[in-house]
Amino acid sequence: MAEIVSLAEAVERAIHDGDAVAMEGFTHLIPFAAGHEVIRQRRRNLTLIRMTPDLIYDQLIGAGCVRKLIFSWGGNPGVGSLHRFRDAVEHSWPAALELEEHSHAGMANRYVAGASGLPFAVLRGYNGTGLETLSGALGSAPTIKPITCPFTGETLTAVSAIRPDVAVIHAQRADRSGNVQLWGITGVQKEAVLASQRSVVTVEEIVDELDPRPGAVVLPAWTVSYVAPVAGGAHPSYALGYSVRDNDYYVSWDAIGRDREAFTGWLDEHVYSVAGQL
Amino acid sequence: MQPEVTYTADEMMTVSAARALRDGMTCFVGIGLPSAAANLARATHAPGLVLIYESGTIGAKPSQLPLSIGDGMLAETADAVVSVPEIFNYWLQPGRIDVGFLGAAQIDKFGNINTTAIGGDYRNPKVRLPGAGGAPEIAASCREVIVVVRQGSRSFVEQVDFITSVGYGSGPGERERLGLTGTGPQKIITDLGVLEPDPRTLEFTMTGLYPGVSASVAKERTGWDLAIATEPEIIAAPTPTELAALRRFQGTRSRSHQ
Repeated sequence: MAEIVSLAEAVERAIHDGDAVAMEGFTHLIPFAAGHEVIRQRRRNLTLIRMTPDLIYDQLIGAGCVRKLIFSWGGNPGVGSLHRFRDAVEHSWPAALELEEHSHAGMANRYVAGASGLPFAVLRGYNGTGLETLSGALGSAPTIKPITCPFTGETLTAVSAIRPDVAVIHAQRADRSGNVQLWGITGVQKEAVLASQRSVVTVEEIVDELDPRPGAVVLPAWTVSYVAPVAGGAHPSYALGYSVRDNDYYVSWDAIGRDREAFTGWLDEHVYSVAGQL
Repeated sequence: MQPEVTYTADEMMTVSAARALRDGMTCFVGIGLPSAAANLARATHAPGLVLIYESGTIGAKPSQLPLSIGDGMLAETADAVVSVPEIFNYWLQPGRIDVGFLGAAQIDKFGNINTTAIGGDYRNPKVRLPGAGGAPEIAASCREVIVVVRQGSRSFVEQVDFITSVGYGSGPGERERLGLTGTGPQKIITDLGVLEPDPRTLEFTMTGLYPGVSASVAKERTGWDLAIATEPEIIAAPTPTELAALRRFQGTRSRSHQ
Protein backbone atom coordinates (compact mmCIF):
# COMPACT_ATOMS: atom_id res chain seq x y z
CA MET A 1 0.00 0.00 0.00
CA ALA A 2 1.37 3.39 -0.98
CA GLU A 3 2.92 5.52 1.73
CA ILE A 4 2.98 9.26 1.19
CA VAL A 5 6.47 10.41 2.16
CA SER A 6 9.09 12.99 1.19
CA LEU A 7 11.12 12.36 -1.95
CA ALA A 8 14.32 11.98 0.10
CA GLU A 9 12.67 9.32 2.26
CA ALA A 10 11.18 7.51 -0.74
CA VAL A 11 14.55 7.29 -2.48
CA GLU A 12 16.33 6.31 0.71
CA ARG A 13 13.92 3.50 1.42
CA ALA A 14 13.27 2.23 -2.10
CA ILE A 15 16.57 2.51 -3.96
CA HIS A 16 19.75 0.79 -2.83
CA ASP A 17 23.24 0.46 -4.25
CA GLY A 18 23.32 -2.18 -6.97
CA ASP A 19 19.59 -2.04 -7.70
CA ALA A 20 18.07 -2.27 -11.18
CA VAL A 21 16.06 0.93 -11.48
CA ALA A 22 13.65 1.94 -14.26
CA MET A 23 12.94 5.67 -14.31
CA GLU A 24 10.39 5.82 -17.08
CA GLY A 25 8.67 8.60 -18.99
CA PHE A 26 8.46 8.57 -22.77
CA THR A 27 9.81 12.13 -23.19
CA HIS A 28 6.81 13.32 -21.10
CA LEU A 29 6.56 13.18 -17.27
CA ILE A 30 10.24 12.38 -16.81
CA PRO A 31 11.11 11.96 -13.12
CA PHE A 32 13.96 14.49 -12.99
CA ALA A 33 13.60 15.47 -9.33
CA ALA A 34 13.74 11.82 -8.26
CA GLY A 35 16.83 11.27 -10.42
CA HIS A 36 18.56 14.22 -8.80
CA GLU A 37 17.72 12.83 -5.36
CA VAL A 38 19.37 9.53 -6.36
CA ILE A 39 22.52 11.48 -7.34
CA ARG A 40 22.40 13.45 -4.05
CA GLN A 41 22.14 10.24 -2.05
CA ARG A 42 25.15 8.97 -4.02
CA ARG A 43 23.76 5.62 -5.04
CA ARG A 44 26.33 3.46 -6.84
CA ASN A 45 26.47 0.45 -9.19
CA LEU A 46 22.94 0.94 -10.41
CA THR A 47 21.60 -0.82 -13.46
CA LEU A 48 19.46 1.83 -15.10
CA ILE A 49 16.65 0.76 -17.40
CA ARG A 50 14.73 3.05 -19.71
CA MET A 51 13.45 3.10 -23.28
CA THR A 52 14.51 6.71 -23.89
CA PRO A 53 17.36 7.69 -21.58
CA ASP A 54 17.77 11.42 -21.91
CA LEU A 55 19.23 14.21 -19.77
CA ILE A 56 18.45 12.71 -16.37
CA TYR A 57 20.26 9.48 -17.26
CA ASP A 58 23.12 11.53 -18.75
CA GLN A 59 23.38 13.24 -15.36
CA LEU A 60 23.21 9.98 -13.39
CA ILE A 61 25.84 8.37 -15.65
CA GLY A 62 28.16 11.39 -15.40
CA ALA A 63 27.73 11.46 -11.62
CA GLY A 64 29.07 7.91 -11.40
CA CYS A 65 25.87 6.22 -10.17
CA VAL A 66 25.56 3.74 -13.03
CA ARG A 67 27.24 0.45 -13.90
CA LYS A 68 24.95 -0.77 -16.65
CA LEU A 69 22.36 0.76 -18.97
CA ILE A 70 19.47 -1.20 -20.52
CA PHE A 71 17.85 0.98 -23.17
CA SER A 72 16.62 1.53 -26.72
CA TRP A 73 17.32 5.20 -27.55
CA GLY A 74 19.73 7.50 -25.73
CA GLY A 75 19.77 11.11 -26.89
CA ASN A 76 18.88 14.71 -26.13
CA PRO A 77 15.46 14.79 -27.87
CA GLY A 78 15.35 17.41 -30.60
CA VAL A 79 18.88 18.60 -29.77
CA GLY A 80 21.49 15.88 -30.31
CA SER A 81 23.79 13.59 -28.36
CA LEU A 82 24.05 12.75 -24.68
CA HIS A 83 27.69 13.63 -24.08
CA ARG A 84 28.06 12.11 -20.59
CA PHE A 85 26.62 8.84 -21.96
CA ARG A 86 28.98 9.04 -24.94
CA ASP A 87 31.98 9.85 -22.73
CA ALA A 88 31.19 6.79 -20.60
CA VAL A 89 30.88 4.51 -23.65
CA GLU A 90 33.71 6.02 -25.71
CA HIS A 91 36.21 6.81 -22.89
CA SER A 92 34.94 4.99 -19.76
CA TRP A 93 34.54 8.31 -17.88
CA PRO A 94 33.80 8.43 -14.99
CA ALA A 95 33.55 4.63 -15.27
CA ALA A 96 32.96 2.01 -17.93
CA LEU A 97 29.30 1.56 -18.82
CA GLU A 98 27.94 -1.84 -19.76
CA LEU A 99 25.18 -1.67 -22.38
CA GLU A 100 22.21 -3.91 -23.05
CA GLU A 101 20.60 -2.55 -26.13
CA HIS A 102 17.18 -3.10 -27.66
CA SER A 103 14.63 -1.55 -29.98
CA HIS A 104 11.62 0.30 -28.58
CA ALA A 105 9.31 -2.56 -29.57
CA GLY A 106 11.58 -5.02 -27.79
CA MET A 107 11.85 -2.94 -24.62
CA ALA A 108 8.10 -2.27 -24.52
CA ASN A 109 7.42 -5.99 -24.80
CA ARG A 110 10.02 -6.82 -22.14
CA TYR A 111 8.13 -4.55 -19.73
CA VAL A 112 4.82 -6.13 -20.75
CA ALA A 113 6.26 -9.57 -19.93
CA GLY A 114 7.51 -8.27 -16.58
CA ALA A 115 4.13 -6.73 -15.74
CA SER A 116 2.37 -9.93 -16.84
CA GLY A 117 4.48 -12.18 -14.67
CA LEU A 118 5.81 -14.01 -17.73
CA PRO A 119 9.47 -14.84 -18.38
CA PHE A 120 9.39 -13.52 -21.94
CA ALA A 121 7.33 -11.80 -24.60
CA VAL A 122 6.94 -12.56 -28.30
CA LEU A 123 7.10 -10.12 -31.18
CA ARG A 124 8.07 -9.79 -34.81
CA GLY A 125 11.31 -7.93 -34.50
CA TYR A 126 15.09 -7.71 -34.67
CA ASN A 127 15.43 -10.07 -37.65
CA GLY A 128 18.60 -9.24 -39.55
CA THR A 129 19.71 -6.50 -37.15
CA GLY A 130 23.00 -6.16 -35.31
CA LEU A 131 21.01 -6.00 -32.05
CA GLU A 132 19.99 -9.62 -32.51
CA THR A 133 23.62 -10.61 -33.17
CA LEU A 134 24.84 -8.69 -30.09
CA SER A 135 22.45 -10.36 -27.68
CA GLY A 136 24.51 -12.71 -25.53
CA ALA A 137 27.64 -12.13 -27.64
CA LEU A 138 29.65 -10.03 -25.18
CA GLY A 139 29.62 -12.32 -22.18
CA SER A 140 26.21 -11.27 -20.89
CA ALA A 141 23.09 -13.42 -20.88
CA PRO A 142 21.12 -13.29 -24.13
CA THR A 143 17.87 -11.31 -24.03
CA ILE A 144 16.74 -11.89 -27.65
CA LYS A 145 16.18 -15.38 -29.08
CA PRO A 146 14.18 -16.93 -31.90
CA ILE A 147 11.10 -18.88 -30.90
CA THR A 148 8.85 -21.18 -32.92
CA CYS A 149 5.11 -20.61 -32.80
CA PRO A 150 3.58 -23.87 -31.45
CA PHE A 151 0.50 -23.39 -33.66
CA THR A 152 1.84 -22.27 -37.04
CA GLY A 153 5.52 -23.20 -36.90
CA GLU A 154 6.45 -19.62 -37.75
CA THR A 155 9.71 -18.32 -36.30
CA LEU A 156 9.22 -15.25 -34.14
CA THR A 157 11.37 -13.37 -31.66
CA ALA A 158 11.32 -13.83 -27.89
CA VAL A 159 12.63 -11.14 -25.56
CA SER A 160 13.28 -11.76 -21.87
CA ALA A 161 11.15 -10.00 -19.25
CA ILE A 162 12.37 -6.91 -17.44
CA ARG A 163 11.80 -7.15 -13.68
CA PRO A 164 13.35 -4.03 -12.13
CA ASP A 165 13.91 -3.76 -8.40
CA VAL A 166 12.41 -0.29 -8.50
CA ALA A 167 10.32 1.76 -10.93
CA VAL A 168 10.41 5.54 -10.62
CA ILE A 169 7.84 7.67 -12.44
CA HIS A 170 6.33 11.15 -12.27
CA ALA A 171 2.54 11.55 -12.46
CA GLN A 172 0.19 14.50 -12.45
CA ARG A 173 -1.75 13.61 -9.30
CA ALA A 174 -2.38 11.25 -6.44
CA ASP A 175 -5.14 11.23 -3.87
CA ARG A 176 -4.60 11.08 -0.12
CA SER A 177 -4.77 7.27 -0.17
CA GLY A 178 -1.93 7.12 -2.69
CA ASN A 179 -3.92 6.22 -5.81
CA VAL A 180 -1.97 7.67 -8.75
CA GLN A 181 -3.34 9.24 -11.94
CA LEU A 182 -1.40 10.25 -15.06
CA TRP A 183 -2.59 11.26 -18.51
CA GLY A 184 -1.45 12.50 -21.92
CA ILE A 185 1.44 10.47 -23.30
CA THR A 186 1.59 7.69 -20.72
CA GLY A 187 4.36 5.68 -22.39
CA VAL A 188 5.29 2.50 -20.60
CA GLN A 189 4.93 3.74 -17.02
CA LYS A 190 2.10 1.40 -16.01
CA GLU A 191 4.04 -1.62 -17.24
CA ALA A 192 7.24 -0.41 -15.53
CA VAL A 193 5.51 -0.02 -12.16
CA LEU A 194 3.71 -3.37 -12.41
CA ALA A 195 6.91 -5.14 -13.51
CA SER A 196 8.90 -3.82 -10.53
CA GLN A 197 9.27 -5.05 -6.96
CA ARG A 198 8.98 -1.52 -5.57
CA SER A 199 8.00 1.86 -6.94
CA VAL A 200 8.43 5.56 -6.27
CA VAL A 201 5.94 7.99 -7.80
CA THR A 202 6.46 11.73 -7.59
CA VAL A 203 3.33 13.79 -8.28
CA GLU A 204 2.58 17.40 -9.14
CA GLU A 205 -0.06 17.54 -6.43
CA ILE A 206 -2.04 15.50 -3.96
CA VAL A 207 -5.78 16.04 -4.23
CA ASP A 208 -8.86 14.99 -2.28
CA GLU A 209 -10.43 13.22 -5.20
CA LEU A 210 -9.18 11.99 -8.60
CA ASP A 211 -11.90 13.12 -10.98
CA PRO A 212 -11.73 11.20 -14.28
CA ARG A 213 -9.49 12.46 -17.08
CA PRO A 214 -9.70 11.23 -20.70
CA GLY A 215 -7.25 8.43 -21.38
CA ALA A 216 -5.82 8.50 -17.89
CA VAL A 217 -3.87 5.64 -16.38
CA VAL A 218 -4.73 4.97 -12.76
CA LEU A 219 -2.37 2.98 -10.57
CA PRO A 220 -4.27 1.88 -7.47
CA ALA A 221 -2.51 2.64 -4.18
CA TRP A 222 -1.87 -1.04 -3.53
CA THR A 223 0.38 -1.26 -6.63
CA VAL A 224 2.63 1.63 -5.53
CA SER A 225 5.21 1.71 -2.71
CA TYR A 226 5.87 5.41 -2.17
CA VAL A 227 4.19 8.60 -3.36
CA ALA A 228 6.08 11.87 -2.91
CA PRO A 229 4.56 15.26 -3.76
CA VAL A 230 7.09 17.18 -5.89
CA ALA A 231 5.55 20.06 -7.85
CA GLY A 232 7.65 20.58 -10.97
CA GLY A 233 9.28 17.18 -10.45
CA ALA A 234 9.37 16.57 -14.20
CA HIS A 235 11.11 19.86 -15.02
CA PRO A 236 12.57 20.45 -17.62
CA SER A 237 10.36 17.86 -19.38
CA TYR A 238 6.63 18.22 -19.98
CA ALA A 239 3.89 17.57 -17.44
CA LEU A 240 0.69 17.88 -19.46
CA GLY A 241 -1.77 20.22 -17.76
CA TYR A 242 0.94 21.63 -15.48
CA SER A 243 4.02 22.70 -17.46
CA VAL A 244 5.58 22.56 -20.91
CA ARG A 245 9.10 21.56 -21.83
CA ASP A 246 11.80 24.05 -20.80
CA ASN A 247 13.52 23.88 -24.14
CA ASP A 248 16.33 26.27 -23.19
CA TYR A 249 17.41 23.73 -20.57
CA TYR A 250 17.63 20.96 -23.19
CA VAL A 251 19.54 23.20 -25.59
CA SER A 252 21.96 24.50 -22.94
CA TRP A 253 22.56 20.95 -21.67
CA ASP A 254 24.46 20.25 -24.88
CA ALA A 255 27.36 22.53 -23.86
CA ILE A 256 27.30 21.54 -20.16
CA GLY A 257 27.22 17.83 -20.93
CA ARG A 258 30.01 18.13 -23.50
CA ASP A 259 32.61 19.26 -20.97
CA ARG A 260 33.65 17.24 -17.89
CA GLU A 261 34.49 20.35 -15.85
CA ALA A 262 31.35 22.21 -16.80
CA PHE A 263 29.39 19.10 -15.90
CA THR A 264 30.95 18.59 -12.46
CA GLY A 265 30.46 22.30 -11.74
CA TRP A 266 26.83 21.96 -12.75
CA LEU A 267 26.40 18.93 -10.47
CA ASP A 268 27.81 20.82 -7.48
CA GLU A 269 25.69 23.86 -8.08
CA HIS A 270 22.40 22.30 -9.17
CA VAL A 271 22.28 18.93 -7.41
CA TYR A 272 24.69 18.44 -4.49
CA SER A 273 24.26 21.91 -2.99
CA VAL A 274 20.49 21.79 -3.29
CA ALA A 275 18.82 20.41 -0.18
CA GLY A 276 16.78 17.27 -0.75
CA GLN A 277 13.03 17.84 -0.70
CA LEU A 278 11.97 16.87 2.79
CA MET B 1 8.36 36.11 -65.36
CA GLN B 2 8.24 34.31 -62.05
CA PRO B 3 10.38 35.97 -59.37
CA GLU B 4 13.33 33.73 -58.54
CA VAL B 5 12.76 31.74 -55.37
CA THR B 6 15.82 31.18 -53.20
CA TYR B 7 15.99 28.27 -50.81
CA THR B 8 18.53 26.16 -48.93
CA ALA B 9 19.50 22.55 -49.69
CA ASP B 10 17.80 21.46 -46.46
CA GLU B 11 14.59 23.21 -47.47
CA MET B 12 14.68 21.49 -50.85
CA MET B 13 15.19 18.14 -49.12
CA THR B 14 12.31 18.66 -46.71
CA VAL B 15 9.98 19.79 -49.50
CA SER B 16 10.99 16.82 -51.64
CA ALA B 17 10.36 14.44 -48.73
CA ALA B 18 6.95 16.02 -48.07
CA ARG B 19 5.96 15.47 -51.70
CA ALA B 20 6.62 11.74 -51.32
CA LEU B 21 3.68 11.49 -48.91
CA ARG B 22 0.22 11.17 -50.44
CA ASP B 23 -3.00 12.48 -48.97
CA GLY B 24 -4.82 9.93 -46.84
CA MET B 25 -1.76 7.82 -46.10
CA THR B 26 -0.94 6.65 -42.62
CA CYS B 27 2.61 7.65 -41.74
CA PHE B 28 4.77 6.51 -38.83
CA VAL B 29 6.95 9.56 -38.26
CA GLY B 30 10.53 9.47 -36.98
CA ILE B 31 11.98 12.44 -35.12
CA GLY B 32 13.99 15.23 -36.77
CA LEU B 33 13.93 15.78 -40.52
CA PRO B 34 11.11 13.26 -41.17
CA SER B 35 8.83 15.06 -38.71
CA ALA B 36 9.36 18.42 -40.41
CA ALA B 37 8.60 16.92 -43.84
CA ALA B 38 5.52 15.02 -42.67
CA ASN B 39 4.08 18.12 -41.05
CA LEU B 40 4.79 20.12 -44.20
CA ALA B 41 2.93 17.54 -46.29
CA ARG B 42 -0.08 17.75 -43.98
CA ALA B 43 -0.03 21.56 -44.15
CA THR B 44 0.11 21.60 -47.98
CA HIS B 45 -0.99 18.85 -50.39
CA ALA B 46 -1.92 16.10 -47.92
CA PRO B 47 -4.33 17.48 -45.28
CA GLY B 48 -5.65 13.98 -44.66
CA LEU B 49 -2.22 12.50 -43.89
CA VAL B 50 -2.41 10.55 -40.63
CA LEU B 51 0.65 11.27 -38.50
CA ILE B 52 1.57 8.56 -36.02
CA TYR B 53 4.36 9.10 -33.49
CA GLU B 54 5.97 6.34 -31.47
CA SER B 55 4.96 8.11 -28.27
CA GLY B 56 1.51 6.65 -28.98
CA THR B 57 -0.18 9.62 -30.62
CA ILE B 58 -2.27 8.55 -33.62
CA GLY B 59 -3.57 11.19 -36.01
CA ALA B 60 -1.67 14.06 -34.37
CA LYS B 61 -2.37 17.48 -35.91
CA PRO B 62 0.27 19.80 -34.48
CA SER B 63 0.05 23.45 -35.53
CA GLN B 64 3.78 23.88 -34.98
CA LEU B 65 6.71 21.48 -35.18
CA PRO B 66 6.86 19.40 -32.00
CA LEU B 67 10.09 19.81 -30.02
CA SER B 68 10.08 16.10 -29.31
CA ILE B 69 7.79 13.11 -29.66
CA GLY B 70 6.64 13.77 -26.09
CA ASP B 71 5.18 17.16 -26.94
CA GLY B 72 1.80 17.64 -25.27
CA MET B 73 0.53 19.21 -28.51
CA LEU B 74 0.71 15.79 -30.17
CA ALA B 75 -1.45 14.20 -27.47
CA GLU B 76 -3.92 17.09 -27.38
CA THR B 77 -4.53 17.07 -31.15
CA ALA B 78 -4.45 13.29 -31.73
CA ASP B 79 -7.41 11.12 -32.72
CA ALA B 80 -6.21 8.57 -30.18
CA VAL B 81 -3.43 8.37 -27.61
CA VAL B 82 -2.28 4.86 -26.77
CA SER B 83 0.47 3.37 -24.63
CA VAL B 84 3.90 2.62 -26.05
CA PRO B 85 3.45 -1.19 -25.97
CA GLU B 86 0.17 -0.70 -27.83
CA ILE B 87 1.57 1.58 -30.55
CA PHE B 88 4.19 -1.02 -31.43
CA ASN B 89 2.13 -4.20 -30.93
CA TYR B 90 -1.32 -3.30 -32.22
CA TRP B 91 -0.57 -0.56 -34.71
CA LEU B 92 2.90 -1.03 -36.18
CA GLN B 93 3.52 -4.79 -35.99
CA PRO B 94 0.49 -6.05 -37.99
CA GLY B 95 1.44 -3.92 -41.01
CA ARG B 96 -1.40 -1.40 -40.69
CA ILE B 97 0.81 1.61 -41.45
CA ASP B 98 1.43 2.69 -45.05
CA VAL B 99 4.75 4.42 -44.73
CA GLY B 100 7.57 4.62 -42.21
CA PHE B 101 9.43 7.90 -42.42
CA LEU B 102 12.92 7.54 -40.98
CA GLY B 103 16.18 9.42 -40.53
CA ALA B 104 19.66 7.86 -40.46
CA ALA B 105 23.20 8.59 -39.30
CA GLN B 106 24.75 6.14 -41.77
CA ILE B 107 23.10 4.29 -44.64
CA ASP B 108 24.45 1.82 -47.19
CA LYS B 109 23.76 0.96 -50.79
CA PHE B 110 21.09 -1.55 -49.77
CA GLY B 111 19.32 0.99 -47.57
CA ASN B 112 20.38 -0.58 -44.28
CA ILE B 113 20.44 2.06 -41.53
CA ASN B 114 22.94 2.54 -38.71
CA THR B 115 21.97 4.68 -35.73
CA THR B 116 23.99 2.69 -33.18
CA ALA B 117 27.75 3.27 -33.42
CA ILE B 118 30.35 4.35 -35.97
CA GLY B 119 33.98 3.26 -36.17
CA GLY B 120 36.01 1.01 -33.87
CA ASP B 121 34.07 -1.95 -32.57
CA TYR B 122 30.77 -2.03 -30.72
CA ARG B 123 32.37 -1.92 -27.28
CA ASN B 124 34.84 0.82 -28.21
CA PRO B 125 33.19 2.86 -30.92
CA LYS B 126 34.61 6.06 -32.33
CA VAL B 127 31.19 7.66 -32.16
CA ARG B 128 28.37 6.34 -30.06
CA LEU B 129 24.99 7.21 -31.60
CA PRO B 130 21.61 7.23 -29.79
CA GLY B 131 20.59 3.70 -30.79
CA ALA B 132 17.61 2.02 -32.39
CA GLY B 133 14.50 3.65 -30.98
CA GLY B 134 11.49 2.50 -32.94
CA ALA B 135 13.31 2.26 -36.26
CA PRO B 136 14.05 -1.50 -36.58
CA GLU B 137 10.39 -2.47 -36.45
CA ILE B 138 9.27 0.57 -38.45
CA ALA B 139 11.72 -0.50 -41.17
CA ALA B 140 10.49 -4.10 -40.93
CA SER B 141 6.73 -3.66 -40.72
CA CYS B 142 5.52 -0.51 -42.52
CA ARG B 143 4.23 -1.22 -46.02
CA GLU B 144 7.00 1.00 -47.36
CA VAL B 145 9.82 3.07 -45.92
CA ILE B 146 11.19 6.46 -46.91
CA VAL B 147 14.50 7.64 -45.48
CA VAL B 148 15.37 11.33 -45.19
CA VAL B 149 19.08 11.99 -44.69
CA ARG B 150 21.78 14.45 -45.82
CA GLN B 151 24.10 12.90 -48.40
CA GLY B 152 27.83 12.67 -47.64
CA SER B 153 30.66 10.29 -48.46
CA ARG B 154 31.02 9.31 -44.80
CA SER B 155 27.33 8.75 -44.15
CA PHE B 156 26.56 7.02 -47.49
CA VAL B 157 28.74 3.94 -47.25
CA GLU B 158 29.26 0.63 -49.04
CA GLN B 159 28.28 -1.22 -45.87
CA VAL B 160 27.07 0.23 -42.57
CA ASP B 161 29.23 -0.37 -39.47
CA PHE B 162 26.19 -1.74 -37.62
CA ILE B 163 22.79 -2.76 -38.98
CA THR B 164 20.31 -1.08 -36.64
CA SER B 165 17.40 -1.25 -39.11
CA VAL B 166 17.28 -3.54 -42.12
CA GLY B 167 16.76 -2.17 -45.64
CA TYR B 168 17.42 -4.91 -48.18
CA GLY B 169 20.10 -6.62 -46.05
CA SER B 170 22.72 -7.99 -48.42
CA GLY B 171 20.49 -7.81 -51.49
CA PRO B 172 17.58 -9.45 -53.32
CA GLY B 173 15.64 -12.09 -51.40
CA GLU B 174 16.97 -11.18 -47.98
CA ARG B 175 13.88 -9.41 -46.63
CA GLU B 176 11.77 -12.43 -47.58
CA ARG B 177 14.31 -14.79 -45.98
CA LEU B 178 14.23 -12.72 -42.77
CA GLY B 179 10.44 -12.70 -42.75
CA LEU B 180 10.16 -8.90 -42.85
CA THR B 181 6.60 -8.09 -43.83
CA GLY B 182 6.97 -4.61 -45.38
CA THR B 183 8.43 -3.94 -48.81
CA GLY B 184 11.44 -2.04 -47.46
CA PRO B 185 12.91 1.35 -48.35
CA GLN B 186 11.44 2.76 -51.56
CA LYS B 187 13.21 6.12 -51.51
CA ILE B 188 16.16 7.82 -49.89
CA ILE B 189 15.59 11.56 -50.02
CA THR B 190 18.70 13.69 -49.54
CA ASP B 191 19.86 17.28 -49.86
CA LEU B 192 21.02 16.47 -53.42
CA GLY B 193 18.10 14.50 -54.80
CA VAL B 194 16.32 11.17 -54.59
CA LEU B 195 17.68 7.61 -54.67
CA GLU B 196 15.55 4.58 -55.48
CA PRO B 197 16.41 0.88 -55.44
CA ASP B 198 17.37 -0.66 -58.77
CA PRO B 199 14.51 -3.11 -59.48
CA ARG B 200 16.94 -5.95 -60.20
CA THR B 201 19.86 -5.49 -57.77
CA LEU B 202 18.04 -3.41 -55.10
CA GLU B 203 21.12 -1.19 -54.95
CA PHE B 204 20.18 2.47 -54.42
CA THR B 205 20.54 4.51 -57.57
CA MET B 206 20.26 8.28 -58.00
CA THR B 207 17.04 8.71 -59.95
CA GLY B 208 16.35 12.37 -59.26
CA LEU B 209 18.46 15.49 -58.78
CA TYR B 210 17.52 18.94 -57.54
CA PRO B 211 17.96 21.92 -59.85
CA GLY B 212 21.65 22.83 -60.12
CA VAL B 213 22.94 19.56 -58.60
CA SER B 214 25.26 17.64 -60.94
CA ALA B 215 25.68 13.89 -61.16
CA SER B 216 29.37 14.28 -60.35
CA VAL B 217 28.62 16.04 -57.05
CA ALA B 218 26.20 13.25 -56.16
CA LYS B 219 28.92 10.69 -56.89
CA GLU B 220 31.49 12.63 -54.84
CA ARG B 221 29.17 12.73 -51.88
CA THR B 222 28.53 8.98 -51.89
CA GLY B 223 30.85 6.42 -50.32
CA TRP B 224 29.94 3.65 -52.79
CA ASP B 225 30.25 3.63 -56.56
CA LEU B 226 26.92 5.36 -57.09
CA ALA B 227 24.92 4.53 -60.20
CA ILE B 228 23.00 7.44 -61.70
CA ALA B 229 19.89 6.92 -63.82
CA THR B 230 20.48 7.54 -67.53
CA GLU B 231 18.07 10.42 -67.44
CA PRO B 232 17.64 11.46 -63.83
CA GLU B 233 14.49 13.42 -63.13
CA ILE B 234 15.16 17.08 -62.42
CA ILE B 235 13.03 17.64 -59.35
CA ALA B 236 11.10 20.91 -59.31
CA ALA B 237 12.30 23.64 -56.96
CA PRO B 238 10.11 24.39 -53.94
CA THR B 239 7.05 26.45 -54.80
CA PRO B 240 6.45 29.69 -52.91
CA THR B 241 3.54 27.97 -51.15
CA GLU B 242 5.69 25.06 -49.99
CA LEU B 243 8.47 27.36 -48.80
CA ALA B 244 6.09 29.67 -46.97
CA ALA B 245 4.48 26.72 -45.17
CA LEU B 246 7.85 25.22 -44.26
CA ARG B 247 9.24 28.51 -42.99
CA ARG B 248 6.13 29.13 -40.96
CA PHE B 249 6.76 25.76 -39.24
CA GLN B 250 10.48 26.34 -38.78
CA GLY B 251 9.81 29.79 -37.38
CA THR B 252 7.53 28.40 -34.71
CA ARG B 253 10.13 25.97 -33.43
CA SER B 254 12.48 27.74 -31.04
CA ARG B 255 15.53 25.64 -31.77
CA SER B 256 16.24 22.13 -32.75
CA HIS B 257 18.63 20.40 -35.02
CA GLN B 258 18.93 17.25 -37.12
